[in-house]
Order: sequence, then structure tokens, then C-alpha cells
Amino acid sequence: MTAGTPLPTVPKELVRPLLVTNNRSIGWISDRIASIAEGPTPLWWWVSFAISLVMMTTCFSMISYLIATGVGVFGNNQPVMWGWPIINFVWWIGIGHAGTLISAILFLLRQKWRTAVNRAAEAMTIFAVMCAGIYPVIHVGRVWLAWWLFPIPNSNAIWPQFRSPLMWDVFAVSTYFTVSLLFWYMGLIPDLAVLRDRAKNRIKQFAYGLFSLGWTGSNRHWSNYEKAYLILAGLSTPLVLSVHSIVSLDFAVSQLPGWHTTIFPPYFVAGAVFSGFGMVLTLLIPIRKICGLEDIITLRHIDLMCKVTLATGSIVGYAYGMEVFIAWYSGSPYEQFAFYNRAFGPYWWGYWTMIACNVLFPQLFWFRKVRENMLAVFFLSILVNVGMWFERFEIVVTSLHRDFIPANWAHFKPTMIDVMTYLGTFGLFFTFFLLFMRFLPVIAISEVKGVTPQADPHLPQGGAKPGGHH
Amino acid sequence: MSQSYGIIAEFDTPADAMHAAEKVRDAGFRKWDVFTPFPVHGMDKAMGLKNSKVGWFSFLGGVTGYTTGMLMIWFMNKFDYPILVGGKPMFSPFSAFPPSYELTILLGAFGALGGMLLLNRLPRLHHPLLKHKRFELATHDKFFLVIETADTKYNEAETRKLLESTGSKRIEMVEE
Repeated sequence: MTAGTPLPTVPKELVRPLLVTNNRSIGWISDRIASIAEGPTPLWWWVSFAISLVMMTTCFSMISYLIATGVGVFGNNQPVMWGWPIINFVWWIGIGHAGTLISAILFLLRQKWRTAVNRAAEAMTIFAVMCAGIYPVIHVGRVWLAWWLFPIPNSNAIWPQFRSPLMWDVFAVSTYFTVSLLFWYMGLIPDLAVLRDRAKNRIKQFAYGLFSLGWTGSNRHWSNYEKAYLILAGLSTPLVLSVHSIVSLDFAVSQLPGWHTTIFPPYFVAGAVFSGFGMVLTLLIPIRKICGLEDIITLRHIDLMCKVTLATGSIVGYAYGMEVFIAWYSGSPYEQFAFYNRAFGPYWWGYWTMIACNVLFPQLFWFRKVRENMLAVFFLSILVNVGMWFERFEIVVTSLHRDFIPANWAHFKPTMIDVMTYLGTFGLFFTFFLLFMRFLPVIAISEVKGVTPQADPHLPQGGAKPGGHH
Repeated sequence: MSQSYGIIAEFDTPADAMHAAEKVRDAGFRKWDVFTPFPVHGMDKAMGLKNSKVGWFSFLGGVTGYTTGMLMIWFMNKFDYPILVGGKPMFSPFSAFPPSYELTILLGAFGALGGMLLLNRLPRLHHPLLKHKRFELATHDKFFLVIETADTKYNEAETRKLLESTGSKRIEMVEE
């Protein structure tokens, strides 16, 4: 190269915006995020915590009443034996899917923007799976025998029956919970060390010190840590795809019209990611505002999550269309009736709420103006979860309430216990989520530091090369 | 006078720490380390570290999980207490696959986390560096290079000179 030849410059439209805006320093990132867990407890926290605690108590009171009285306190009855418990189980576990998708799949795809949202999304996953896990246990009737689901020797000497997808589900959900917890905890170790090193009182120093396992930030440790993180991401990717596939097999392996379809596994996974991103948006839009995290969870992060929601919502819409087409194409009158009954039967309102909330409203995310309007995104994200609840309602109730023989037909109605248990699980979810916000770093501190330009050892001055994923 | 653990040099940028690491590596030290608030890419090479062995632990976990799943289901449903359900085979690799697959992932994940902790000798609730006042910043925004006095090549005057030549502004001794 001769002297004076200008270096090629990156065209303006190819420059990616920085992931942490306003040129914040590495130290600012730990100060900002750690201060959320360090400062005095704000009033809004106490108010929300009190409400959540009351709701959680309601949930456990309802469960105690159920155990003392019998499963008849729910609306479940012949022929709709699955009712609200299974609707809520599938709904909560679906919400849990965004956390692992963000932490694992986006990690493998080198989507660096995930670092700002993965911690909170993983926490959401764990708490949502806890809420989900309650339902299969409490709806079995004799709750004290629920341990028969596990391969533990019992006095009858009978083992669980592994030809049933319900047993696959036990393994899928318990593995999902455990691996999500391990992944979340491993990500927390370096950040707990940040809080340990900043802690001013003995109790905090001891607690954070204990759980950070003596982390020093040694590069020899980081080397093993990063490998383990990559492997966990690699293991969680097939896991997250398998969990909702297996949940869908609970339905698809049966012979019931409307359930017995091969489209279920991918359709359930797309729906799970869709509802999970809806919940992530519902949680993060207020959090970034209240905690002053606008420079870390930027408008671009929200924009990207809206696009994922739009994409998965459209896949779900395609699945709805394909179900109807296959019902017609199959030539089976039972299959055709099941879908006609969904759209125009006694539960038509559920079907059209589902179509509106899951397929039509998310299409507004095509518009940049909508994606940049936090109030609109927040409102749409709630609609997504309303829609996904109705999807599970339609799948469970409409297929069961009118099966093959009209003499068996019945109308399903939930009871107050159903409703209050469901509302109570929100209390459980938010109690844990608020505790998480109060005591743990809501954003992965070391990971966000790692995606800033000044973290790149080849660019000592920083800011020379734009961040973003590359 | 207490025993010294090592000599610590502080850096402001990952680039400075990385170039210092290259020099220390080339000088042939063995008991030394770099401490950073986030994993710095290229540091493994600068330190001359080999590829991490965590993968083997995870692989072992995965194999154990899959084998356990298959054997357990075969033992329970075909060998110990067979029950005929709808004419389905007592054992089929297909219906036994989903639980075994989940167990593969479960034990593989435990292998990854456990292997990481084992290779890093964690949890360790005490470390001489954690008592060093300045070292708090290793999780904040500073970068440190530490050479242990236990290293055979360590020599108080010369090692300090080597670290000074890397451009570190603050070089201190760490007490045991």
C-alpha cells in the first residue's frame, strides 16, 4: 500500500449501533446494575411484593383446600378431564421457553444483544417452570401419591410405564428445570463475585462470597468457564426444542381429533417462544424504566425482541391455517368437526380471541413506529400472552368436550377455585421475580462488559470499532 | 513478617494486560495468572493455555445419562415387572428414547458445571488475592497479572523489572 491510500471505511448503513449506548465505561456497567440490588428498598418494591405475597398465599390456600377436599373442586369433569390445570401448565411452561432460547440458541447464533436480557429471561424461565410444575402434581387427585411418577421403588413394586408420553413429560420438565437452574447459576457466579467485592456489610459479604464460590476472575478459570458455558448452551438448545415437543406429544400421541396431528411439536415450540418473548417484553419494559437501564436494554433490544415475536407469531398463524387445511384434506369427518366446532361451536369466542391476539395484533410489529413505542409494545406483549392462554384453552377444552359419541358431550365451566389458583400462581411468579430483582444482578454484568468496544483487546482506545454482533 | 504470595501488576485496559501476558508467557513462568472482570478474547493464546478439558466431563455425563435411561427403562418395563399395554412392545428404543435423551442432557449439564468447578478447584472460600485491597477492582474495571512467589523462575528484583517493562503503573506484593 502506498502512503496516502485511504483506508476503506465501513459504509454508514452497515455500521451497527452500539449495544451499550452513551459510551458508558466498563465500571459504569457494574455500578449501574449492582446499585439496583444495593440501594435502599424502594416503595414500589414493597407494594408489589406485598400484593404478590397475598396472591401467593391465595395459591397455596387453594391448593390446600384442593388436597383436603378432592380434585372435584376444579371444573374438571367427564369428558373434559384436563381443564384449567393442564391449560395453565402448558401456558406457564411455554412462557419458560424464551429464557433458554435467549441464553442458549442466541448464544450459539452469536447474537450479542442477548447479554442485556438473558439474566432476567432465565430467571423468568425458572419461576415460570415452577408455576407450571405445580399443576400436573395437584390435578392427579391423590396428590400424596404423585411421587409414583418418578422411578422410585414403591410397596406395589410397580414401575412407571415409559411407553406413555406423560412419563416422557416428567423427565422433560424436571430436566428442563434443573438444567435452566444450573445454566442460570453458572452465569451468576462471576456477577455474585462483583456484588461480593462491592458489599459493605458482613452479611452480604458472607452470602455473596459463599455463592460466588471464591471466584477471582482468573483467566485460567474463565477458559474453563467459557467452555462449560458453550457446552451448556449446546445442551440447552436441543433441550428447549425437546421440552415443548414432548409437552405436545402428551396431546399428539392420543387418538383424539384436534390433538392427533404431526404438526404439534414444531407448532408448540414456536408458540412457546412466542409467548415467552411476550412475557420477557412485559417484564423488561417496566424494569428498564424503573431501574434506569435504558442504556443497557436499549430501544434496539426491544426492537429485536419485537421482531422475534412477530416471526414466531406468524409461524403460529401458519400452524393454525395448516391445522384447518389438514382437517379438510384428511377427509375425516371427526377431524373436520373438531375444527368447525373450535371456530363456530360454543367456544367460538376463545378461538377468535386466540386468532386476534396471536395472529392479527402482532402484525403491528411490522411497523417501526409501533416497535419504538414502549406503551404499544407493552400492551401488545400482554395480548400475546392472553392469546396464548386461549390457544391452550381451545386445544384442551374443545377437543375434549365433544368427542366421538354425542352422548358423552358436555359443557366445561371452570370454578372459582380454578380461577383463584391460576391468579395465585402469578403471585408465586412475581414474589420470586421481585426477590430476584432485589438481591441478584438483573443483568449479566460480566457479559455486558464483554460486548462493549473497550473490552476488545485489539482496540485499546475503544469506540474505534462499532459494537453489535459481527 | 508474613510470607508473600506473589507480585501483582495492575493494568487499565485488556490490551495492556494481554501484551503483558505475552511477555510473561515468553519468559517461561508457570505459576501465574491474569485476572479480568470479563473473559478477554485472545487471552488464552497470550497466556499459552491449552484448550479446556471441560468437554470430556460433559461427554462422560451424557453417555452415562443415555445408558442409564435405556437400561433403567428396559429393566423396569421389560425385565422386572412387564405389563402389557395396548399390545405395545415391552421395550422399544423409540419410546425409551425421549426420557433417555433428557437424561443425556441432564447429566451432560451436570458434567459441564461439575467439570468446570473441578478443573478450577472451586468452590474455594479463601484466596490470598481476595484479601488484597486493590484486587476488588478485578471484578470491576481493572486487569491484574499475578506471578506467584512459588514459581521456580521467580526472583523478587527481576520479576518486578519484567512487570515494569510491560508498562504497569502499579506493582505490589501480595501477602499470603
